[in-house]
Amino acid sequence: MDQFVTYTVFGVVLAAIYAIAASGLVVTYTTSGIFNFAHGAVGMLGAFAYWQFHVKWGWPTLLSIAVVLLVIAPLIGVFVERVVMRGLQGVSEVTKVVVTIALLFTLIQVAPVIWSPKGSYSVQPFFGAAKIDLAGAGVTYHQLIVIGVAIVVAAGLRALLYGTRLGIGMRAVVDNRMLAELNGARPDRMSAFSWILGSALAALAGILIAERIGLETVALTFLVVNAYAAAVVGRLTSLTRTYVGALLLGLGQAYAQGYLPDNPTWFAERNLDIRSLSLAIPVIMLFVVLLLIPHARLRAHGIVRSRELIPRPTYRWSLVGFGVLIGVVSLLSGALSGEDTLIWSQGLCFGIIMLSLVPLTGYGGQISLAQMSFAGLGAYAIATWGGGGNPLGVVLAVLLAAAAGILVALPALRLRGIYLALATLAFAYVMEKVVFNQRALFPTTSKPVDRLWGLESNRAYLIFLAVVFSLVGFGIVWLRRSKFGRRLQAMKDSPAACATLGLNLTVTKLQVFILSAGIAGLGGALFAGANRAAATDSFSAVQNLPVLLMAVAGGIAMVSGALTGGLLLASFSLATRSIPTLELFGVDAKSFFENLFRLAPGLIGITLGRDPNGLVAMVSDKVKRLWERRLQHRGTRDLPVPATRWQQLVEPVWAVESMGVDTPFVPEEIARIDERLALDEEEVRAGVFA
Amino acid sequence: MNPAAGSTGRGTAITETVPLLELRGVKASYGRIEVLHGIDLVVPEGSVVALLGPNGAGKTTTLNVCAGLHKPIAGAVYIAGRRMNGVAPDALARVGVCTIPEGRGIFPNLTVRENLQMMTFAGVSMQEVEAVAYERFPRLAERRNQLAGTMSGGEQQMLAMARGLATEPALLLLDELSMGLAPIIVEELYGIVAQIAAEGVSILVVEQFARTVLGVADLAAIMLQGRIVEVGPPSELEAGLSSAYLGG
Ligand SMILES: Nc1ncnc2c1ncn2[C@@H]1O[C@H](COP(=O)(O)OP(=O)(O)OP(=O)(O)O)[C@@H](O)[C@H]1O
Ligand SMILES: [Mg+2]
Repeated sequence: MDQFVTYTVFGVVLAAIYAIAASGLVVTYTTSGIFNFAHGAVGMLGAFAYWQFHVKWGWPTLLSIAVVLLVIAPLIGVFVERVVMRGLQGVSEVTKVVVTIALLFTLIQVAPVIWSPKGSYSVQPFFGAAKIDLAGAGVTYHQLIVIGVAIVVAAGLRALLYGTRLGIGMRAVVDNRMLAELNGARPDRMSAFSWILGSALAALAGILIAERIGLETVALTFLVVNAYAAAVVGRLTSLTRTYVGALLLGLGQAYAQGYLPDNPTWFAERNLDIRSLSLAIPVIMLFVVLLLIPHARLRAHGIVRSRELIPRPTYRWSLVGFGVLIGVVSLLSGALSGEDTLIWSQGLCFGIIMLSLVPLTGYGGQISLAQMSFAGLGAYAIATWGGGGNPLGVVLAVLLAAAAGILVALPALRLRGIYLALATLAFAYVMEKVVFNQRALFPTTSKPVDRLWGLESNRAYLIFLAVVFSLVGFGIVWLRRSKFGRRLQAMKDSPAACATLGLNLTVTKLQVFILSAGIAGLGGALFAGANRAAATDSFSAVQNLPVLLMAVAGGIAMVSGALTGGLLLASFSLATRSIPTLELFGVDAKSFFENLFRLAPGLIGITLGRDPNGLVAMVSDKVKRLWERRLQHRGTRDLPVPATRWQQLVEPVWAVESMGVDTPFVPEEIARIDERLALDEEEVRAGVFA
Repeated sequence: MNPAAGSTGRGTAITETVPLLELRGVKASYGRIEVLHGIDLVVPEGSVVALLGPNGAGKTTTLNVCAGLHKPIAGAVYIAGRRMNGVAPDALARVGVCTIPEGRGIFPNLTVRENLQMMTFAGVSMQEVEAVAYERFPRLAERRNQLAGTMSGGEQQMLAMARGLATEPALLLLDELSMGLAPIIVEELYGIVAQIAAEGVSILVVEQFARTVLGVADLAAIMLQGRIVEVGPPSELEAGLSSAYLGG
């Protein structure tokens, strides 16, 4: 009985913290339409800032909290709103997700720069161990305070959003930003305020929970991420339901930790540990909730894209591009050192993994944060069945990953946008915590791998990778031009139009998920081959972030974009390695640049809000414009061939695919089509997925 | 009563030369496609001007330029004699330009009362807004705690129109009030337009179908493919209208 009370109190306290964090998330989401994946990271920074003031500098508790909540968190909020989110109007959901993920990634990388991971950090509960007695169990003052704060936050938010003009204005901005302006409200100030409020709530949650789980960057970030599950129970909009969700989550987790039996011998004998499941409870709950909530309600703001282009590649120029890639790799690889060759090989493997995102995200508009987990399965397969370079290992890598793809796709069929991103992130987290850490699968954290056909020379392996990339890339170009490719495009553009055309989105979605997972599995197997080892670290949930970021930075809808993304990622580690040890003005410049390169994927991702089409498209667009100007200068009329042909000839080959860029529908057009068809998006989806 | 009106003085001196709204050579585009090719239009103080034209003529774009929602690429917009190019829509709203956009100009997920509260951003008190709105539209009072999006189309449009009444604007911009509504409700809404006009508010109203609006308009302008092709009193225009583009 005492124990039960203890667990219950513990659960309620956890729930209170999740509720505070989740309500911050809900506030920013409802007022800006942006689901802030970096919310947890803001909480993490808040906790570290509190440590700095209170523990390091010895400020009084209340003063430290006040400074964090009233100064630091609002500064972060305003920064995020001004610098990152303002540019995000009229971009697709994919871009919004990517930008906040970039922010998440950046903040995770920034914290260790300020607070070295070598140091030790901890904060004490408020009032130490002082406690009162409740039905025989001790409840600490800290726990009481946490519960009290959650109640105050709930009441305060309700009063703000429903009882004040500012709050009503914030909700009005969500409904119709333009109309709010026409009413004379100032939407910019309102969204700035909601970001400030959201940050402060995240920081508050971070401070309250730091005492329990300690100050560790990723753990803290992902703990607040658990709050996502609660927010999703509230469908990202209802605060009441969010609190209910938090309560379920907190209690569930507390009871699971308290009552889950020891690992049964049957499992133990097989080196499987089912207790690790309790770590994944919030994420499993997130997954379940995503599936149980009536999906018609699960809609994100503005599902259409606008500033993004989907280039249509041509066979001829793709072939030229792949030829050049293989040629250049063959030539240059002779001049590279063994270690550099290895890094470029990894880059090409990342490129192949990013290729898996081209049909899925680039064409089909489905976000996945689990590609590295599929890759991890591929790595596992080759390590297990690819001994002696047996090609069976690679075949099984593709099949195993594709099978997992079905597993993710089936439940994900009814999800899209941020919900899909969340579900795939949840999957990645479960893979990391529950699957990859089973000793039955990976006896140690790394498993030796034999390269395919015993390609021992690094140079030969690099050239082999270029060939594989080209083959897969060509397949994707073919796909883009096929009927299936047009289907994917239609799925991305307008669900309503799809329904009227009689397209079966369910099958299309399933197919593209399987295909994508298979490609990622192949990439993972080849990656493990390059390293001669399958290391579980490489496939943790966090590793998905830079992969998605760099894929989008290169150009998510282009084969050349995937190549660019992969090579960029490799070039960062190459650059980091090649920095000499040096000191500038008494500062350790080497570690400064190392940090900079570690931040690079995040920083690049953040800029995507400004130019969502990626690097390749940006450059080829510039080149095209320059050439057009030159043609005009010379007088195009005299040219024997149409100007467009000439434009194609001079473009850099690696940008070949952006030729013949076709202009997509603008959101207004899509909306008009949908409206003309008198179709409500929810109805359509209900019909399509029925 | 409110700054924009005050500056030219509704009732001060003889100000016939300064119209409340004037467009001079306004050009506007979406991306590289120009859709307004030099619009000249005047709304004299205290009058109702109807802007008519077929689908895609550029009426909404013209109205949006006046409301500050769309930046013109050439030309100028004068409100009460002051150049207003590039002024933000919310700033215009606070100085007395009330725009009721195409479609339903309401917040569907706020209650009726909260919708009314949004009107106070224009600088009037909630008491005033509620008094005016509930008096003129008793139906809104009954439904004050209902979500606005769950009301009928006509009720929603009334709620939208309540802003034109309650915020006491100097200039009212209306886009296709009649869209998707039964003729009898359209009649009622134009009754309100006439009432607002009678208080001396200058009104620019956009419509595709002319009949009802011509009853309240002092002047009408016909727009075709981004140009104003004809301006005159409704009586003169009416005859030519049906054959011109309405196709009878
Ligand atoms: N957001 C937009 N992007 C691109 N073109 C647009 C956009 N909005 C309007 N247009 C184009 O500008 C032109 C004028 O449109 P506008 O909406 O002003 O016409 P309208 O006279 O109000 O038509 P309607 O009676 O159908 O409302 C049309 O050709 C339209 O296609
Ligand atoms: Mg219009």
